[in-house]
Amino acid sequence: MNAPLIGQSIKRKEDYRFLTGGGQFTDDVTLAGQAHACFLRSPHAHARIRGIDTTRARAAAGVVAVFTGDDLARAKVGGLPCGWLITGTDGQPMKEPPHPPLAQGKVRYVGDHVAVVIAETLNQARDAAELIEVDYESLPAVVQAADARKPGAPAVHDAAPDNTCYVWALGDKAAVDRAFASAGHVTTLEFINNRLIPNAIEPRAAVASYSRADDAYTLYVTTQNPHVERLLMTAFVLGLPEHKVRVIAPDVGGGFGSKIYLYAEETVLTWASRQINRPIKWTAERSESFLSDAHGRDHVTRAELALDKSGKFLAMRVTTTANMGAYLSTFASCIPTILYATLLAGQYTTPAIYCEVTAVFTNTTPVDAYRGAGRPEATYVVERLVETAARELKMDRADIRRRNFIKEFPYQTPVALLYDTGDYDATLTEAIKLADVAGFEARRKEAEKRGKLRGLGYSTYIEACGIAPSNVAGALGARAGLYEAGEIRVHPTGSVTVFTGSHAHGQGHETTFAQVVADRLGMSIENVDIVHGDTGRILFGMGTYGSRSIAVGGTAIMKAADKIIAKGRKIAAHLLEAAETDIEYERGIFKVAGTDRKKTFAEVAFAAYVPHNYPLDKLEPGLNESAFYDPTNFTFPAGSHICELEIDPDTGQTRIVNFTAVDDFGKVINPMIVEGQVHGGLAQGIGQALLEGCAYDKDGQLLTGTYMDYAMPRADDLPFFKVATRETPCTHNPLGVKGCGEAGAIGAPAAVINAIVDALGPLGVRDVEMPATPERVWRLIQSANKK
Amino acid sequence: MEMTGEQLIPVAQAAAWAALNDPEVLKDCVPGCESITRVSDNEYDVVMTAKVGPVSAKFKGKMTVTHSDPPRAYTLSFEGQGGVAGFAKGEANVALTPENGATRLAYSAKATVGGKLAQVGSRLIDGVARQLAEKFFDAFNRRVSGG
Repeated sequence: MNAPLIGQSIKRKEDYRFLTGGGQFTDDVTLAGQAHACFLRSPHAHARIRGIDTTRARAAAGVVAVFTGDDLARAKVGGLPCGWLITGTDGQPMKEPPHPPLAQGKVRYVGDHVAVVIAETLNQARDAAELIEVDYESLPAVVQAADARKPGAPAVHDAAPDNTCYVWALGDKAAVDRAFASAGHVTTLEFINNRLIPNAIEPRAAVASYSRADDAYTLYVTTQNPHVERLLMTAFVLGLPEHKVRVIAPDVGGGFGSKIYLYAEETVLTWASRQINRPIKWTAERSESFLSDAHGRDHVTRAELALDKSGKFLAMRVTTTANMGAYLSTFASCIPTILYATLLAGQYTTPAIYCEVTAVFTNTTPVDAYRGAGRPEATYVVERLVETAARELKMDRADIRRRNFIKEFPYQTPVALLYDTGDYDATLTEAIKLADVAGFEARRKEAEKRGKLRGLGYSTYIEACGIAPSNVAGALGARAGLYEAGEIRVHPTGSVTVFTGSHAHGQGHETTFAQVVADRLGMSIENVDIVHGDTGRILFGMGTYGSRSIAVGGTAIMKAADKIIAKGRKIAAHLLEAAETDIEYERGIFKVAGTDRKKTFAEVAFAAYVPHNYPLDKLEPGLNESAFYDPTNFTFPAGSHICELEIDPDTGQTRIVNFTAVDDFGKVINPMIVEGQVHGGLAQGIGQALLEGCAYDKDGQLLTGTYMDYAMPRADDLPFFKVATRETPCTHNPLGVKGCGEAGAIGAPAAVINAIVDALGPLGVRDVEMPATPERVWRLIQSANKK
Repeated sequence: MEMTGEQLIPVAQAAAWAALNDPEVLKDCVPGCESITRVSDNEYDVVMTAKVGPVSAKFKGKMTVTHSDPPRAYTLSFEGQGGVAGFAKGEANVALTPENGATRLAYSAKATVGGKLAQVGSRLIDGVARQLAEKFFDAFNRRVSGG
């Protein structure tokens, strides 16, 4: 029973619950006397609200209450805050226009919240919402990031007349300019990193209740970070005392970032539950998810790489305009800056890098972190440049990478990060072997005989995970530290409940965290349960995003486990009448060194809680320890992805034939779960490259608002993945872990597009826009054929 | 959405013009139209229901006649709110020319929709608009020819 558990593919403890329908999601929560909410949303991308007549809605059958922005303003409900302050190159703080939970005076995107109707049943709420008459004066809208700063563009906010949230920069511009001036070769690309819609399988939902008896609120909500949700909502929006608000994130069906943020709906529900003194439930319809879950990516970028004739990278210059949407979502401001520009060194020794980012407001859904968050965009910039440069210099694409790989660690990049460890040659070598790159030319020729264009593309990515060392984050503008808390409660008979501030919504923490604790304490995994997602039970937490859970949350738990063992040794010393320094702990046994005198973990736990003969003057009873962990650095997972695909030149259809991912996540706790995370990430990365693209019309109407028009990757769009890991353990956390949740989505898009360009290269094609739909590819082939 | 078309109306130009300016005729011929009420010389309040794919909505709006050049041409503008379904607005230019005792009606129309109608129905709008136009002219021709 006490075999090592770390590194074992243990089946997920939570799957029995999920596979037998025993999951308890927010929409499964039904409270006595619960009413239902329907949000009336703006059909206009930009309009002045001349008036809202709710008379008929209020009088409709079953309606309990109708609230608008005016009601919230009268009640002094604040705006939704942004958690990260970016200071511009002009030294000024970013523009933070008010973000009222229900629109006040103007609506600024299709889906913006105008009113909430609360009724006895959901259908009554919906019917009554139809009866609200809003007098809109529609205004011209600005939709595309590239248009936001053009003269005459409509202003989304009076506070930002030129639609500019900030202009921010990182790196040594003078050094970069000098390097470009004398470079032997310059590769330039201009592209759009396409806007994505997250599409978690469970739509967002909330059930808010208020108890007059103790003047307290309970909010069940689909969030990735219940403590952050509570902190932002109580302290910054509703002005409630934190101890009177309990936020529970029960089972949550996928997040990918979109459930990090404090949204209008749960804020309004929490406030309204007190006004009507009843619980209120809201669950998004899928159409609402498309409109109102924060979107991802949406960058317009010009990227340049300066090289010498031998292919050595000299400098990189990147100019990006990032679409923030209509309002600043919770972490919107740090995604295209702190999580983007800092990653532009990639795996390479590029000595000088300069990146300038302009964040703009548009009349579209707010944009924030989505799986990878800034790092897929950075990887796309670097890996498209590198592969294009290799082609222009007629160099082998693996060789040019190896020539520039960072080989000595720790390595200080010119864009603020300090990489602790890695072995990029090793992951690339293994990926090349697994993908059988040596046999590719033969496969290409064989495909040619069948009339198909075959291509192969690389992407060697790096990410910064384990967010984040709080002092670094603070210096970069984070308005909170990003540590994590964990608590281990040992029960009198020796089983263990672990409380973590991390939150699982598909990651399998109930298994991996239990593996870590059971391994450390030397007990069976069945004796360890993980509790997460409840501010009423868990001390504190910053939640789950940025592949931080095991590196930061897991380490906090490890620290608590070490405290448990330390106290256990004291108790054992007493029971065994030995000196504490002589007590050894191994695999569930406290032992006097060099003797056979021992006490089991359970015996020590029992003595801790129900002591008969206990040194109360020296030692407190109980065995319950908590710990906070603030990482000293980011972790740096890295890997090599190789995509091989075939294009049918008659239809433009791209079929991925092979996809190889060799990733270095440091120490792997559960290989099966890691592989699953990689598969999911790859599917989303391939989705971005080939299928997914959010489209608005020129007036700001969302055209890809259903699965008819927004193409999600399906099983038959994807090949069988070849996945492997290499381990260079992280040097600064005790588990040696780095994080694996986002890698697939970060590495894949560049590998896919590089492979398409490789396939079409003989036709003279050097770039293709994402998503590379059959139509786009077909048009490229047609226009190339005409030349 | 943009659409152009022609129809041969089996009555003389003056009769066709009169019918096109008669709220009762329009109400009976516009599919889904519940009421058209004249509020001034060139302005009407309109209530109509329309279905685009899975979205059906009752639109309340205003129809305005501009550039009226009797009996040859006018421009009809429409702007309607469909509640949670969104909104629609558009305009149609209509021109009448005599042709062998009958009247050649040429029209060009454009319309935009917003909200759920655009989100769910954008790819269906063109088909719906063409169908509405067909139904309208069927009914209109029957009506003016006394059928």
